[in-house]
Amino acid sequence: MKNSRLKLLSSPYIVWAAIFIIVPLGMVFYYGLTDKTGAFTMENVIAMMSEEHAKALWISLGLSLVSTAVCFFLAYPLAMILANMNVSQHSFIVLIFILPMWMNFLLRTLAWQTLLEKTGVINNVLSFLHLPALNIINTPYAIILGMVYNFLPFMVLPIYNSLVKIDPNVVNAAKDLGANNIQTFFKITLPLSIPGIISGITMVFIPALTTFVISKLLGGSKILLIGNVIEEEFTQAGNWHLGSGLSIVLMIFILINMAASAVFDKDGEGGLL
Amino acid sequence: MIKTTAKKIYIILIFIFLYAPIATLMVFSFNKSRTRAKWGGFTFQWYLSLLGNREIMQALWNTLLIALISSLSAVVIGTVACIAINSMSKRRRAIIMGITNIPMLNADIVTGISLMLLFISLGFKFGLGTILLSHITFNIPYVILCVMPRMRQLNPSTYEAALDLGASPVHAFFKVVFPDILPGVLSGFLMAFTMSLDDFIITHFTKGAGVDTLSTKIYTEVKKGIKPEMYALSTIIFVTVLLLLFLVNKAPKEKKERKV
Amino acid sequence: MKKELINLVDISKAFDGETVLDELNLNIHENEFLTLLGPSGCGKTTTLRILGGFATPDKGRVIFDGKDITNLPPNKRQLNTVFQKYALFSHMNIAENIAFGLKIKNKPKTYIDDKIKYALKLVNLQGFEKRMPDSLSGGQQQRIAIARAIVNEPKVLLLDEPLGALDLKLRQDMQYELIRLKNELGITFIYVTHDQEEALTMSDTIVVMNQGYIQQIGTPETIYNEPENAFVADFIGDSNIIDAIMLEDRLVSILGTRFRCVDTGFGHNKPVDVVIRPEDVELTNPEDGILKGTVTHLIFKGVHYEMEVMANGFEWLVHSTGMFPVGTEVGIKVDPFNIQIMNKPASEDEEAAGIEE
Repeated sequence: MKNSRLKLLSSPYIVWAAIFIIVPLGMVFYYGLTDKTGAFTMENVIAMMSEEHAKALWISLGLSLVSTAVCFFLAYPLAMILANMNVSQHSFIVLIFILPMWMNFLLRTLAWQTLLEKTGVINNVLSFLHLPALNIINTPYAIILGMVYNFLPFMVLPIYNSLVKIDPNVVNAAKDLGANNIQTFFKITLPLSIPGIISGITMVFIPALTTFVISKLLGGSKILLIGNVIEEEFTQAGNWHLGSGLSIVLMIFILINMAASAVFDKDGEGGLL
Repeated sequence: MIKTTAKKIYIILIFIFLYAPIATLMVFSFNKSRTRAKWGGFTFQWYLSLLGNREIMQALWNTLLIALISSLSAVVIGTVACIAINSMSKRRRAIIMGITNIPMLNADIVTGISLMLLFISLGFKFGLGTILLSHITFNIPYVILCVMPRMRQLNPSTYEAALDLGASPVHAFFKVVFPDILPGVLSGFLMAFTMSLDDFIITHFTKGAGVDTLSTKIYTEVKKGIKPEMYALSTIIFVTVLLLLFLVNKAPKEKKERKV
Repeated sequence: MKKELINLVDISKAFDGETVLDELNLNIHENEFLTLLGPSGCGKTTTLRILGGFATPDKGRVIFDGKDITNLPPNKRQLNTVFQKYALFSHMNIAENIAFGLKIKNKPKTYIDDKIKYALKLVNLQGFEKRMPDSLSGGQQQRIAIARAIVNEPKVLLLDEPLGALDLKLRQDMQYELIRLKNELGITFIYVTHDQEEALTMSDTIVVMNQGYIQQIGTPETIYNEPENAFVADFIGDSNIIDAIMLEDRLVSILGTRFRCVDTGFGHNKPVDVVIRPEDVELTNPEDGILKGTVTHLIFKGVHYEMEVMANGFEWLVHSTGMFPVGTEVGIKVDPFNIQIMNKPASEDEEAAGIEE
């Protein structure tokens, strides 16, 4: 009796989730699998194979994989240093990474334009240090930089969270049993932080794969990512069926990612918070 | 010794990377020159003209209103849902949490277009209302994510003890359960507010013509050139939040110590 | 006397300016079951961490088998630790956990397999090779933690409150198990606990510690029967600790009444502390006792009755198989042999150390 009444409390959320999460996804599938007359077709999905779209998808995949890798290699050492710092206030670490979000995401990304310009701050510093100038604005490298910049916190925080959860005595036990620092890292610390790594990868790879803003702001208009293609279908070309069809293809990657995180992070251990 | 120095340098470099664009934007806000490219001398004029810029002030108002209402609604729906989810069987809980994770793991662009398609087929008029519904939708998961762990840690006996001592379920919840999950609720609210404020993609697909938040306003300005007032406004928001967080962080520390 | 295996020499350690160990000296012998016993914060765990190599002393040296190992990292030491809360590797199965140390040392596979079998048999968990640590009960995880340590054939096994998380029955079983293991392996066990009963049951030698100082070193019998100061007497079992004056050799004035005792050499009219264990207080008819008193509390404890008797302004704690109802007038007698005389603490510091628990 008591329990069933408690369960009733979830009904507003369940109704909400059904209307605003499940049904909209159904709509994407409906539009993606029909044509303008409402007849079933696979054409919108197969359209991903066309030269133009396939190219955009390949570039997106390439850039987002590289960004995810860069994020991982930057974030892991950082998370380890932070986890070993014994900061009493765990929330302080989270805060430092969330704080930049209070400056608008578009403006922050735009600021990189200025920093990267031929006569911008970075090149001034480089020339002061007698290093060659960096001319990456409007190239794929600038897009990668923008992705790493925007998504790095989403890699650091889950890894940090899974690292601080490791009992220091487990690490001590490995050393006690004769493992040196490198062996301890690869046999104990790294495997135990896999939930955090997987959720970090998910949280970086998906937004990077599907972004249309970063490429627009930092890539000039030369580089079209799959996100840009879909966005244009909806806001300019007005072909929702094609846009939805391409989105379905994207969702396959998202599903693979979700499955991976479900397998490796059963208890939601590698969460963001 | 060398190792700790190297670690410090690494942390500092990462923070320069994260905060350099923010410093840059702050510098822009004091730049006399209208273009970002060159420094034209120091000025406060953008801060003054900001107040007179009705379009930006309207966008700011919309942004804050949506962030506040959407995060508050998400807190209520999310917290209530957490109570129910906590009492569910393991399997049902897994299903609900799986659905909850969808907006978080899904690409923003897909969430955006899916909501856009929904509103179109329902015949909704695009405007503040549709933005609000979308923001509530993607904010609820953040609230549940923050509240749920607190809920799981809760000792169920304290709630039952309160009932045993004669409290009504509602009274028992607010007197016994709520204080314990409050930190989770607050951080959920803060997360939701931040995410709503910083969102561009989902708003982009669910806003109507003529209605703008700061994000979408900036996006339309990108081609024409960002108005310097925008930098001034962003600087004000950022500094305000920084000060607020500083004050909030100072206050509860004493309380914590007393508790221990 | 057995050979000395470990010497701790003048070890001092402070954390954030707070002294945890102060010039500690301790010798540990081969094949000894030595227990570091004390309340939390007494420095026992820090001593163990220094032995294991997880903490470096600020001052002093750790000598192992004649060699200075003070700055040797843990992975190079010939001792293994059983950690509090087990610290099993949750991503490895039981066999992999036990094999960890042997694989690091590149032992051949057949050797490792034999060792795993042997260790699991030793801790009575045959057939658990493929199980994951999370699927085991607390007591089973504890046994695996021990198995994981002993397959490396350490000369010394360090155990940090290993039974703390287990329930009473299991704890008692594990105590016998540990004694058996120690005898079978023939190695030194250094055991840290705050549980005096555990210490009395298992140890060859008990080191009672408080506030970074060693209070007393001795066999369980000595520690229990002849505590050197009020702290030890109070920490080990129940006791009556009473202010008294040593009148002369073999005669002490307790609460104004003269008692015969067996101690000598304390001088004349010297203030001392007297310890009398509750089971050593005899209750008699009022006429037959040295002291007269009234029973104020009575509780049945199973093996005996626990009573409190008010006599000469002191509440005597008494354990007896005979029962005297509350309000009864009784006499109190103590065998001279059961009166333990202790010097008063020399300084105020030690006094403070004695009161603190």
